[in-house]
Amino acid sequence: MAELTEKKLSTMSLRRRPRWGETIIQGLLFFSGFFSIFITFGIVYELGKEALLFFQMPGVDLLSTITTTEWKPHVNKFGIWPLLTSTLLTSTIAMTIAIPLGMSVAIYLSEYASPRVRSTLKPILEVLAGIPTIVYGYFALTFMTPLLRQIFGSDVVQIYNTASAGLVMGILILPLITSMTEDSLSAVPRSLREAAYGMGATKLEVAVQIVVPAALSGIAAAIIVGISRAIGETMIVAVAAGAGPNFTLNPFIGAETITGHIVRISGGDLSYDSIDYNSIFALGLFLFLTTLVLNIISQAIVRRFREVYE
Amino acid sequence: MMTNNNSEPKYVIETQDLEIYYGDFKAVTNVNMKIEHNKITAIIGPSGCGKSTLLRAFNRMNELYAGTSIKGNVIFNGQDIYAKEVDPVEVRYRIGMVFQKPNPFPKSIYENIAWTARIHGYKGNMDELVESSLQQAALWDEVKDKLHQSGLSLSGGQQQRLCIARAISIKPEVILMDEPASALDPIATLKIEELMQELKKNYTITIVTHNMQQAARASDYTAMMMLSGEGERSGTVIEFDETKKIFTRPSDKRTEDYVTGRFG
Repeated sequence: MAELTEKKLSTMSLRRRPRWGETIIQGLLFFSGFFSIFITFGIVYELGKEALLFFQMPGVDLLSTITTTEWKPHVNKFGIWPLLTSTLLTSTIAMTIAIPLGMSVAIYLSEYASPRVRSTLKPILEVLAGIPTIVYGYFALTFMTPLLRQIFGSDVVQIYNTASAGLVMGILILPLITSMTEDSLSAVPRSLREAAYGMGATKLEVAVQIVVPAALSGIAAAIIVGISRAIGETMIVAVAAGAGPNFTLNPFIGAETITGHIVRISGGDLSYDSIDYNSIFALGLFLFLTTLVLNIISQAIVRRFREVYE
Repeated sequence: MMTNNNSEPKYVIETQDLEIYYGDFKAVTNVNMKIEHNKITAIIGPSGCGKSTLLRAFNRMNELYAGTSIKGNVIFNGQDIYAKEVDPVEVRYRIGMVFQKPNPFPKSIYENIAWTARIHGYKGNMDELVESSLQQAALWDEVKDKLHQSGLSLSGGQQQRLCIARAISIKPEVILMDEPASALDPIATLKIEELMQELKKNYTITIVTHNMQQAARASDYTAMMMLSGEGERSGTVIEFDETKKIFTRPSDKRTEDYVTGRFG
């Protein structure tokens, strides 16, 4: 009798038992999360530290960096505008190609294409995304540039130019925007589409006026990732856009972007602590801040215009 | 649009030997039914017997999904809606739909109706249309002060009435309702049923329901569907008659078993 009571009590016990497996997994997951954040902070710290060194060097100050238009390290002129304008130029050209085309392809794939067409087209786009960017760079130099020169004349279009680099960069970014946009369009519930079709809406009305607004946050994310990619893209511009800062908005002449400049400078013999060496960290920090600001702006826009469907 | 001579036909929708397929699978077979003007026709039957599939064949909603096809005819006001030259968009404009789960657009209450009217080229006074649609759907008093809030901020029953308001804003002839109250509580259900009685003055309503009391309370005609046939079974209408008769003196034994709750 006493034994029975004891057994009953022990099976009824609600005391927490240790689950070591759970604890270990939880610890590992926490560590992974922590580690990636730690690395990010490490990068920011390193960028900031070296950039600070740059701004402490004689003859360098933040004000003239952001107000003057000449970047000539050998004569201590560090105006960021020539690098910035060409970065903006290539990115703008790239996004002008990638956003409308990427959105159209995504809408087609998600709303119009038959399952068979979709299952053929998507892998092809993914192959496009897998091509190394150096290949794109030479594609710009040996295909796009001659093409542009044929169209606009070789006296107008230089061998190295931002138009060619920007156009090819657009092709590079296209699959990224397409696949992210398509994902967010497909995530819009079927019931919403049915609601619109049930009211006698056409396919185009459903796609553009119902599905796209509902998927806006995903689409905005796709565009922002695309822009960040364009601003940070290096190989194509290093190969095809030109080697030498040039303060111009003419897309047909050579001009070096921020990333292109970093590649060229760091490719040479650079001694640690030289002004050139430090300047590229300042440029890196600037790129980082640019994409950060873009992210913040886009999140604000999305919060304002998104049509929340759940 | 073709109509039968000059007189308004008594039947709005008429099916002739209708069969509905998902790929090779025949989901619904041999349906011949006539849906009368300004009446509520209920389709009842156990789960999976093809009620919704049949309903969706009435405004070509089925074909939004690849692989569906039909044989036979669905005649709407004397015209076969599956004829080659018929645009399914036009069909759905005249035969609207309300779904099982309330699905307002993620737009404002006002826009839910205004958008629907706008895509069909409505040029009149939008404020008036929104108000009258919401009034017909017995929702106006509850939402008149918050027309610019999201339609999704409403309760489930209100959302469903918004969907009905949206459907009637473009003045269809027929409203198809696919278990419109199954996701709602009893009070909201009652409101929808009362609303249906109001709406049938101006519209023809066909409703799928698995709630037999609802069919008995709210409908004029009832179609009883059931799986039948040997081997691969497909759904068919085994009895179609006045609701009163279906629930009191059904002629088919299976209908009697079902409506008296012996199975299903």
